[in-house]
Amino acid sequence: MSTVVMTRMRALGRAELTLLLRNRTALFTAMLMPLLFVFLTRMSVTDEALDATGFSAGGLVLSGGLGIVLVLVVYSNLVASFVARREELLLKRLRTGEPSDGEILGGTALPSVAIGLTQCAVLVVAGVLALDVPAPARVDVLLAGLLLGALMMTALAAATSAFTKSAESAQLTVLPLMMLSLIGSGLMVPLEVMPDGLAAVARLLPLSPVMELVRHGWLGEGDGLDVLRALGLSVVWCALAVFAVRRWFRWEPRR
Amino acid sequence: MRHRERAIEVSGLWRRYGPKGEGGFDAVRGLDFTVERGELFALLGTNGAGKTSTVELLEGLERPSRGTVRVLGHDPFGERRTVRPRIGIMLQEGGFPADLSVRETARMWAGITTDPRDIGETLDLVGLGRREEVRIKQLSGGERRRLDLALALLGHPEVLFLDEPTTGMDPEGRRDTWRLVRELRAQGTTVVLTTHYLDEAEELADRLAIMREGRVVVTGTPAEVTAARPSRIRFDLPEGVPPARLPLSVPAAVDGRRVEVRTDRLQEALTELLLWARREELTLQGLDARSATLEEAFLEIARGGPGADAPDGHEHAEVGA
Repeated sequence: MSTVVMTRMRALGRAELTLLLRNRTALFTAMLMPLLFVFLTRMSVTDEALDATGFSAGGLVLSGGLGIVLVLVVYSNLVASFVARREELLLKRLRTGEPSDGEILGGTALPSVAIGLTQCAVLVVAGVLALDVPAPARVDVLLAGLLLGALMMTALAAATSAFTKSAESAQLTVLPLMMLSLIGSGLMVPLEVMPDGLAAVARLLPLSPVMELVRHGWLGEGDGLDVLRALGLSVVWCALAVFAVRRWFRWEPRR
Repeated sequence: MRHRERAIEVSGLWRRYGPKGEGGFDAVRGLDFTVERGELFALLGTNGAGKTSTVELLEGLERPSRGTVRVLGHDPFGERRTVRPRIGIMLQEGGFPADLSVRETARMWAGITTDPRDIGETLDLVGLGRREEVRIKQLSGGERRRLDLALALLGHPEVLFLDEPTTGMDPEGRRDTWRLVRELRAQGTTVVLTTHYLDEAEELADRLAIMREGRVVVTGTPAEVTAARPSRIRFDLPEGVPPARLPLSVPAAVDGRRVEVRTDRLQEALTELLLWARREELTLQGLDARSATLEEAFLEIARGGPGADAPDGHEHAEVGA
């Protein structure tokens, strides 16, 4: 990316970060909810589930935690941000300036993505240092999973905002994808405990391939072919999400 | 410095909302006009005449359904990257995050602008220098318009688009804004202004166009546009004087006691009327004579077009005893 683009996205991101820091509810959601969910997951993981996967409890819960961060901090938070900026007519105003549409959305997403990825780093470090989880087996695959996940969540958030009337109703419109991911993408329940037919469908959900990349990168699950398949499916979901944004995203409130 | 290309060239411009055929609506219907460098061009019209729809095409926010727009020689929609750094836009309805301060908002805008002006200086220019730390949500409507203007100026625009810039401002704010716009124009900035304040257009515009139903119906300097309109004389008919006694050479319309004369020859009609009043020993209460204003020209055009003038000649109503 050119330096001009970086400068512009940083300016937009800085403003958005200021707003996030002044919005107590959003800040609380972003900072504390992932911890709460990780804790709940730990309580709910049964021995039976562990046997099915062959992972340690710590490894399973923390790798799921990375997915939870993507959903709660990046996706959920950004739906509210995009809707709020649209309803304030800021997006409309920004579109009269020099940045491209992608820069506007990217700049707005920057703080949430940065906070989310920082939390992921904290989870990995905490797991390795304090909870006896092994160090990531393939850092490159783990990073690819997290970056694709962040991009996918950002684009899906923008697409979801198109169907969200107000910042308040964002609390409802984020639920379908959030629930589907928590249950169906192996964030709280490993897919291995599901019946085969259901698991096969669940593997096609948007966050499922991201989680496969994360688990492969960190815990060494699956072989090279699985990784390629997961990479491919993640890219397809990202492309679909970007298409949905281009097709449906609204830059100003409906009159 | 002389520039070769025109600021704005529009030809055969159409903008359609909705589908082809019955379900759609043409908001802009075949516009042709040019704006020269350094000119202040005002676009007037009633609500729904197509002003904002037109300006959005000039700004490159939307693609025309037909026809072409050139801003500084480029297509503002297709060549957005080339055109945007050279223009400034103040929307009729733009917004800022309620929880940012004036300074934070301006800093954000400076960060997305090529070679921006100094922030403090620009805020001083629009009279917000003392309000830098105030949150947007605490600003008045007029102050928000000033901030919006400041952002439009941050990039040293060669062409400045102002869509209803003084709506919501107090009289002092309007005067300040007018002074600033005149200064910018004196420095060579081209300005495209839409407004529904006709005094604003009369005060500022070098040239103006009046739109109705998506078309330009009149264009010219404010003087040219008003010169083609009749002047007006008004007074109250004194008690006991029937309208029939009015001098026949003066085309008057009577509504109750109120008499209105519309004429292209104000001086002659007024002389005639005053001589008649002296002869008849009448006092004309509420006498008021004036040349056509832009407002009158506008209202007449908005009602039904330059051909549809108010009826000439005598139109006598019953006068109560």
